[in-house]
Formats: sequence, structure tokens, C-alpha cells
Amino acid sequence: MKTLFFPTSADSQPAPVLKKNSMDSSAAIIVSNLEVQYRNVLALQDVSLVVRLGGITGIIGPNGAGKSTLIKAMLGLTPVTNGIVLYNDEPLINQLDKVAYVPQRSQIDWSYPATVWDVVLMGRVRKAGWFRRFSSVSRQMAAAALERVGMSDYRDRSIGQLSGGQQQRVFIARALAEEAEIFCFDEPLAGIDKKTEAVIFDIFHELANAGKIVLVVNHDLGEAITHFNDLILLNTQLIASGSRTAVLSQENMNRAYRGQVVFFEGEAA
Amino acid sequence: MLEALIEPLQYSFMQRSLVIAVLVGIICAVVGSYLMVQRLALLGDAISHSVLPGLAIAFMIGADIFVGAFIAGVLSTVVITLIRTRSPIKEDAAMGIVFSAFFALGITLITIIQKDNKIDLNHFLFGNILGVTFDEVRNTAIISAIVVTVVVLLYKELLFYTFDPLGAQAAGLPVNLLNFGLMVLIALTIVASLTAVGVILVLALLITPGATAYLLVKRLNQMMILGAVIGIVASISGMYISYFFNLPSGPAIVLVASAFFTLALLFSPSQGILTYPQSNSDSYHLWRELKSLIRIKN
Repeated sequence: MKTLFFPTSADSQPAPVLKKNSMDSSAAIIVSNLEVQYRNVLALQDVSLVVRLGGITGIIGPNGAGKSTLIKAMLGLTPVTNGIVLYNDEPLINQLDKVAYVPQRSQIDWSYPATVWDVVLMGRVRKAGWFRRFSSVSRQMAAAALERVGMSDYRDRSIGQLSGGQQQRVFIARALAEEAEIFCFDEPLAGIDKKTEAVIFDIFHELANAGKIVLVVNHDLGEAITHFNDLILLNTQLIASGSRTAVLSQENMNRAYRGQVVFFEGEAA
Repeated sequence: MLEALIEPLQYSFMQRSLVIAVLVGIICAVVGSYLMVQRLALLGDAISHSVLPGLAIAFMIGADIFVGAFIAGVLSTVVITLIRTRSPIKEDAAMGIVFSAFFALGITLITIIQKDNKIDLNHFLFGNILGVTFDEVRNTAIISAIVVTVVVLLYKELLFYTFDPLGAQAAGLPVNLLNFGLMVLIALTIVASLTAVGVILVLALLITPGATAYLLVKRLNQMMILGAVIGIVASISGMYISYFFNLPSGPAIVLVASAFFTLALLFSPSQGILTYPQSNSDSYHLWRELKSLIRIKN
């Protein structure tokens, strides 16, 4: 069942894990001088970084640091005032068919008249093509994705009747059904149960091991942070990016949080 | 009883009205469902009021009034978007400003035309389903065919876009195009419905049948189909009420649709105010929600 999600096609074979954070690596996301401005408010300032394949990358920082904005800007979901984002040496916004994005749960109207099955099938809309119905392959992919997150029994349930954790798992299933190379999740761990958290990290590890890019906005600095291989620490500007242990230095955290209370207690070491 | 209903149908004007009633019932419910799930009910109201000046200008220059109305309707959404994106004015205020300005211009123009022509402002405002011409039936049929075809062909894309615009955009769907397409569908539907219900009440036919269905079913396609059935029944009933009691058809249709909504609101098996299953766990759930509300306020 698991292999179903990662068919080895020419351009998605598991690449060797990149140890170096070199700017010349072609099989990764390279962000250069990204800047986002909303009506005279600078949301992101001159952010340059590399997101490597085959690891789980967390985006952390205080409230209003531009964590969600970074993901949205990278995918072209919000207007960018400067900078460029490349994936395999091509602009990422021209390759959105390789991207699966899961928005914050709070951005969705959960009273929308749709069932769990409707939402998971949305992950197949792009692959199915214009004017066509979903193929049997698409249905199988959607069913397998739903099975993977343990939500098969809820197929015909209205999405509004689910708990927060169940809603999040349905969204993860939708992302899996997209057969993407780059997975972006905005606050997937906000307000969910322990069971869902375990399922989610299990899937993240599996995706990373298959050579996918997993990019996760994470507000919480609790023990969940040990699941991330790499971190991007933001506070409008980039404070640090790279391996978790290097980013979570006391100096970096002080610079990012500037005297705000930090729950984090040095478990990085 | 049945004879009394069938007998008027021997008149050709009644046959034309019947066709219009069915078509309008279908497309209003289908397109209106998109408005409702996107919380854009007010936009439907804005477009419908905005078609009036286009209609008047088309009449003055001898063009097809359907075309004029459609252009004005689409233009109003463009102006609303322009104000919203290029100024700090929010969307609801932009809608209010634009539709009242368009509406005022429309009333003014039609009042001027009325002096020299046999054109009745009331028909545009409140609908006159019994007075539709063969050309109007033909236009409405063409528009209905276009609307239903587009919705069927783009159903999965529009479902994705209206449920999760950001997710759809991130998947590479052309969301601006889908949004504009939806605006065009709404404008077309309103134009096609003008003769039956009029600009002031077309909103009710767009929203009420879909909202009634929303209380009874759980998927968008079911909502559209059941909404269309409710819309058809409401508009045919309205047509007869208009015929027997010599009332404007728009208010009659809307009152029937509103009665259906009231029934669903009270007696829906899953969501009805009077029939909602009140088990222990549910009241516990309600109590918990109340408590969480209080906590947020503190």
C-alpha cells in the first residue's frame, strides 16, 4: 500500500540526501531574496535559503514572523515584491503540479457541503484533467490515501462532523493523493489529538525517506520539534536555517524571540 | 383542482411562462449554491441590481436588452474588485456603493425612457412571468444550456476552488479564471431570471432554494439538484398565483420558496430547530461550546 504513493518516475527518484547547504544544488528549493510587503507593512524581508530533499523542514518563529507568508510566497499564493524561488533550476510557481499544499484548518469553512470523500478526491483534480471525471486510478489513489491516514470508515461523513484531528488527517490524505514532490503544511499540528500527531509524523518521515520535500509551519516549540531534521527560524528576516541543532542555539532563539517567553529548553543537543 | 391548473396551460403565454419557470428554477438553484457556499450572497444582490442601467442603455440604442444587462452585471463585479484591491475599502462596502450607484442610474434611465415608450419599470423590478415573449424564452433557454453545461464540465474544479481557494491555487488551477467564470455564470443566470422574478427579488431565487436543500443534504451536487427541484416548484407555484390572483410573479415565487425554507428550518431531520436529535451527548456538546465561548470572551 505504501509504495502506491511514490511511483518512481524519471524526475522523482529518491535523490541522495544533501548534507551540504550549497546554493548550487539543483535538486532542492532555492529561495533568493524573497520579500513580501502588504500595504507598507513588511511581512518578509530579504529571505534567502535552501530547502533540501529527503528531510522534514520546520518553519518556526514568533507570532507574525511571516511563517505562513513564507510558504504562500514560495508557492505564489501571495504577491511577492521581490525575489525568486527555484526548484530544479526552474521557477517553482511554474511547477505547481508537483506541489501539495495544506492550508491552516482555520482558513477553511468546515460547514461546506462536502463529504470526506469529496475532499480527498480534490487531490486528484489536477491529475484528472479538465472536463473529465475521476478515473479509477484516481479513485484508488484517493481510497489508499484515506486508508493511510486511518479515515476509510469516515468516507461518506460530512466534513463538518469530524473532530479537528480527523479534519487534519483528511487534508493530509488529500495531499498524499496529489502524488506531489513538495509537501507544504501550514500549522498541521495546531489543535489536534496525540493519535493524529503520531499518524502525521509517521507520514512525514515516510515522505522524507522517499526523497520528498516536507515543509511544515510549526508554531509550537514543544517536544514535537525533535521530529524535524532542519529548521527555518524567521522573524520577518531569516534568523537562521539549516540543521535543527545548529538553528536552535540560544543566540538564534534570543534574536528571533527578542525577550518573549520561549518554552523551548534546549532539547536540541 | 388539477383541471384548474391544466386549463390555463392551453394559452400559449402560459406555456411560455411554464418553460421560463422551470429553467429559472434550475439555473438559479445551481449557480446560487456556489454563491451560498462562498458566503457571497450579497454579491448576487449587487449584480442583480447592477444590470438595470445596462438594460436601459441597450433599450435606448436598440440593442438586445439581455446583452446590455449582462455587460452591466459583469462590469459591476469588475468595479467592485477594482475598489476592493486598489483601495482600503472592504468588499461589503464596495458592493454597497457600486450596486446602489448602478441601480440609481438604472432607475433614472428607465424613468426617462418610460415617458416615450411602452416600457414598464415595475416589470424589471418585480418580474412579470406571464408576459414573457418567445424571444425571451429562447434567450433564457440558451443561457440555461450554457450555465448547466459549464457547471457540469467544471464541477470538480469549481468544487475545489470554492471549498479551498488557496489549495486549488497551490495545485496549479487557474483560480482567477475560475473566479471570473463564476461571476459570468452568476451574471448570465440573473439576466435569464429577470423576466420571471425581477432584479430586486432574484437574490431570493438564487439563495433560498439552495439554502433549503443545504439543511437537508450534505453534498454540493445534492444541494444543487434538490435546490433545483425546490426552485422549479416555487417558480411554477408563483406563476399560478400570479395568474389566478393577478399579482406580480416575483414576490409570489419568493414567498413560496421562503415557505419551503421555513419548513426545512423547522423540520429538517438532521438540522431542524424542532427535530434536531437532542441526545445527552449533544446537549453536553452544546454546553461545552457555550463554555468555550465564555472562556474566549474572558
